[in-house]
Amino acid sequence: MTTFPEELAHPSKIAVRGVSKSYRTAAGVVAALDDVSIDIAEGEFVCLVGPSGCGKSTLLNLVAGLDRADRGEILVDGAPVPGPGRDRMVMFQEAALFPWLDVMGNTLFGLKLKPNLTPEARRDVALYYLRLVGLEGFLRANVHELSGGMKQRVALARALAPNPRVLMMDEPFGALDAMTREQLYGDLQSIWQAKRKTILFVTHNVREAVCLGDRVAIMTPRPGRIREEFRVTLPRPRDINALDVAGLGREITDALRRLLPGGRG
Amino acid sequence: MRRRVRSLLFFAALVVLWEAVARAGIWHRALLPTPYDVLSFLGRAAADGTLLRATLVTLRRLLLGYAVGLVLGIPLGVVAARSALGRDTLGLLALGLQALPSVCWLPMALLWFGQTESAMLFVVVMGTIWSILLAASDGLRSVPPIYVRAARTMGSKGLHTWTRVILPAALPFFVTGMKQGWAFAWRSLMAAEIFVTILTGFGLGQLLHYGRELHAMDQVLGVMLVIVAVGLLVDRLAFAPLERFLHTRWGTG
Repeated sequence: MTTFPEELAHPSKIAVRGVSKSYRTAAGVVAALDDVSIDIAEGEFVCLVGPSGCGKSTLLNLVAGLDRADRGEILVDGAPVPGPGRDRMVMFQEAALFPWLDVMGNTLFGLKLKPNLTPEARRDVALYYLRLVGLEGFLRANVHELSGGMKQRVALARALAPNPRVLMMDEPFGALDAMTREQLYGDLQSIWQAKRKTILFVTHNVREAVCLGDRVAIMTPRPGRIREEFRVTLPRPRDINALDVAGLGREITDALRRLLPGGRG
Repeated sequence: MRRRVRSLLFFAALVVLWEAVARAGIWHRALLPTPYDVLSFLGRAAADGTLLRATLVTLRRLLLGYAVGLVLGIPLGVVAARSALGRDTLGLLALGLQALPSVCWLPMALLWFGQTESAMLFVVVMGTIWSILLAASDGLRSVPPIYVRAARTMGSKGLHTWTRVILPAALPFFVTGMKQGWAFAWRSLMAAEIFVTILTGFGLGQLLHYGRELHAMDQVLGVMLVIVAVGLLVDRLAFAPLERFLHTRWGTG
């Protein structure tokens, strides 16, 4: 029997192996991540949950290639992450849309950096994704004219347009009102089911994680560690207000509370 | 429309008041001419071409000095913004020299260049460059880092990030700086023209200066009005469209 390298024997889209990262701050050195490992399969939707300061955004930034790990390695398709790349797009909590471009211009930004596309093809792709997020009527709108939810929809279209295999989302709905958020949970689930992206989703909202994820990994701070993982097998599309979502959310919240120092929630 | 009428009425009232005071004979007519005297000077100066020639000479000097100020000021602003070293050296120098009224450069300019075009150019550049440098470096430093991070995840790097993200993001600051620089250039040039009286070109400032020499108050007031008008006109023509664009895109005032 032929022996395969580990990555090939257990193909995972993203492999985080023993990653540590610390920051120097005014208060001293903070261990943002300590020996964190997680494997994410192709097409899997994984949510990282934990209180602020647990290192979940740090981990996301490392996978995005925006930052470098002190120790350990991060493999995407079996190869170390060289830096930011179009195969892994990021959505931030603030939409980070560019105010000097309109909705169409923002959606085209990443596409224009993608070689071997005609301008017409780029426009068609951008239009397709803007339609997908329900903003085909706002192509020429300026960023400041959009509501918070619409901004995040544009950010989602902008992230999806270059067709990345991996989508990373850093509390993308944290600043939105509950109604808009619930609408976006539905939209994101249907887009994910249609496009089968590998998604790494960071949030501090446990129920949001249960509603969206195939798997929920809970993290605790100082030093940032992944402590427990929960598999979510509830049928999709899930409603954040459904009893089964709430029930599993309760269970995970209890686990998180147990793991936090002092048992607080 | 109502606001326009209101402004119009205000200025009409001002002219009527001026006329009334001039007619009351409190001051000699040579010291306080009537609005009609000033208007007729402007009519004569416009008819014989003096006014147009002087305006063109002044605008040529202004554009040249302003262009040099921009071409030197913006790259220096970039240098000052990029590192703590730049900020602590160039940035500090600019901050200090910006506080110097541009007319204070005149003695130096006259000693170095004499009564020449170069002296005037020097004063205009010195009056303009520091505020442009500071506005450029402030603008670049206040670009939200999240824009650059977002752009990097989409594959933007190096020069592309500079030209497509950082510079556009700093545009509102640049426009403010350019506008301020323009105002400074205008003031510097008027000071220079009043002090540097040469025959290579007779600008509005020199027209103003000779109005004083000739005790021609109608000329002094008339030229002052033209200077105001030119300043306002350039603001409307050059900067208003840019500001309108920023206003609609950024949604700011």
